[in-house]
Amino acid sequence: MRREKLIAVALAALALTAVSGLAVITAFIFKEGFPLMVKVGFKEFIFSSEWYPREGHFGIFPMIVGSLAVTAGAMAIGVVFGVGVAVLLTQFCPPRLVAILKPAIELLAGIPSVVYGFMGVVVLVPFIREHLGGSGFSVLAASIVLGIMVLPTVISISVDALQAVPRPYYEGSIALGATEWQTTHMVMVRAARSGIIAAVILGMGRAIGETMAVIMVAGNTIALPTSPLSAVRTLTSNIALEMGYAAGDHRAALFATGVILFLVIMVLNTAALALSRRRAKGAR
Amino acid sequence: MLRALFAVAVVALAGLCSGCGDSKGGSVSVVGSNSIHLFAEMLAEEYNRSNPGVHVTVQAGGSTAGIQAVLSGVADIGMSSRSLKPEEAARLSVVTIARDGIAIIVHPSNKVTGLTHGQLRGIYEGKTTNWRDVGGEDGPIRPITREEGSGTRATFEEMVMGQARIAASAITQEASGTIREMVENDPGAIGYLSVGLVGTKAKAIAVDGVAPSHENVQSGKYPLARPFYFVLKGRPGEAAQRFIDFVLSPPAQQMLEKEGLVRVK
Repeated sequence: MRREKLIAVALAALALTAVSGLAVITAFIFKEGFPLMVKVGFKEFIFSSEWYPREGHFGIFPMIVGSLAVTAGAMAIGVVFGVGVAVLLTQFCPPRLVAILKPAIELLAGIPSVVYGFMGVVVLVPFIREHLGGSGFSVLAASIVLGIMVLPTVISISVDALQAVPRPYYEGSIALGATEWQTTHMVMVRAARSGIIAAVILGMGRAIGETMAVIMVAGNTIALPTSPLSAVRTLTSNIALEMGYAAGDHRAALFATGVILFLVIMVLNTAALALSRRRAKGAR
Repeated sequence: MLRALFAVAVVALAGLCSGCGDSKGGSVSVVGSNSIHLFAEMLAEEYNRSNPGVHVTVQAGGSTAGIQAVLSGVADIGMSSRSLKPEEAARLSVVTIARDGIAIIVHPSNKVTGLTHGQLRGIYEGKTTNWRDVGGEDGPIRPITREEGSGTRATFEEMVMGQARIAASAITQEASGTIREMVENDPGAIGYLSVGLVGTKAKAIAVDGVAPSHENVQSGKYPLARPFYFVLKGRPGEAAQRFIDFVLSPPAQQMLEKEGLVRVK
C-alpha cells in the first residue's frame, strides 16, 4: 500500500514537470515581454505597422496578419489534402497499399524543417516568381511549404480517428442501401469528426509555430501583406530573425512578440475546440 | 531560430570556457559579428596551431550579442562590425583589426554596372522601383536587406540611407550567404554584403563610379567601407592581449588581406 502511494506521488511529480515547464516558460516570456508592451502601449504594439526598433517603434500588426494569413493558407492546403488522404487510406485503399503509404507519410514528419525550406527556396520560390510574378518570396510559398509540413500530422491523426469508428456503422450504412461514398462522407467522416478536428488543431499549432522553413521562403518584409504574392513576416520569424542581435527594448519587444504569439495560439485553439464541441452537440 | 538558439548556446559555452581556464592559463573566447566571425576563426586556428597551450575559441552570434557578451564578462573579446552606441562606448574600448567594404551586388545578367549613392538610397527607400530608371532594362527592382540589428545593415543605413528608412517592403534575410544566394537567382534583386563574401557569381557594381576592388577599398576611394572591431572591457587579460597582438601582426594582417579585407597595419 505504502509503496503504491510512493509510486503515485513519484508519477505525479514526473507528470508535473512537463506542466511546470510550460508554466515557467510562460511566466518567463510574460516577465520579459510584458513591461515593454505596457511601455509602448498595447494598442500601439498590436495595431501599429511601424517596426523600427532602432527608433523605438514597435508595432507588430503586419506580423500578426502575416502569421494568420500563412497559417490559414497552410491549413487550406493541409486540411483538404490531409483529410482527403486519410479518407482514401481508410476507406478506398487496398490494405497492402496502406501498409506502404502510411509509413511513407509518417516519414514525411521526420524530415527537418530546413529541408522543406530549402526545397521551397530552390523550387517553389523561383516557380512562383516566373509564373505568377513578384519576388516569389510570398504568403503563397510559405503556405504551400507549411501545408505540406502539416500533412503527416493531419493525416496520421485523421486516419486513427477514422479507423476508430466502429465497423457496424459502416456495415449498417451499406446495409441500408447507401453507396460507399455516401457512407464515407455521411457516416464515417461525421463519426470521426472530433478526431479530425483534433488533427486540424494540432496541424495548425505546427503551422503557426514553424519558423525555419518560413524564414527561408516568406521574404520577411515588415510591410502589411496585400496579396498572396506579397512577402510577409510571421511572429515566429520576427523573433528568430532578430534575436541574435537584439538588446534592451528591442529584445523585450521580441519577447512581447512571443507573448502575442502565445495568445494567438490560445485563441485559435480555444476557438477550434469550442467550435468542435458545438458542432458535436448540434449533430446529436 | 537557429541563430537565436546558437547565440544562447554560444554565450553558455563561452561562460563555461571562461570558467575553466584562467586568462593566464590561456583560454580566450571571442564572440560577435557574423561578418567577422569567419575571418577571426581562421586567425584563431592559425594562432592555436602555433601556440600550444593557448586556446582561442571564436563564436558567431552578431555584433550586438558580442558587445553584450563582453559587457557581461562572458567573452574576453567581442567582435563588432558596427560602431558602438554611446552608452556602449562609455564602458568599452575598441581595436580596429581590419577594414571591409560593403559591396552592392546584382544578378549577373543585370545591365547596370554602377549606381550613385542617391540612386541606391532611392532603391532602398522604395522610391525607385524599376531598373529602367537607373540605366538598366525594364523590370522591377527587388531590394534585399539584412535584419534589424545586423552590423552590416547598421553600416549600410549609416552610409547610404542617412535619415531615410529602408522600405518596409524590402525582403529581409538574416545572413550574407542567403542574400548572395537570392541575388544570384533573381534577375531583379539587389543586395549588400561584405566585399570578401561576394563570391564569383553575383555581380558587384560600382558605387559613385568606384568599383569595390581591393585597391579602392584600401585607398579609401570606395565609399562604402567600414572598420571591423575587437571590443574590449577594460584591460584585456594576458592571453587575450597576446591574441590581439597576433591579429595586428604583419602575418595575420596579410592573411586577412588575402581573404579580401583591408589591413590596418
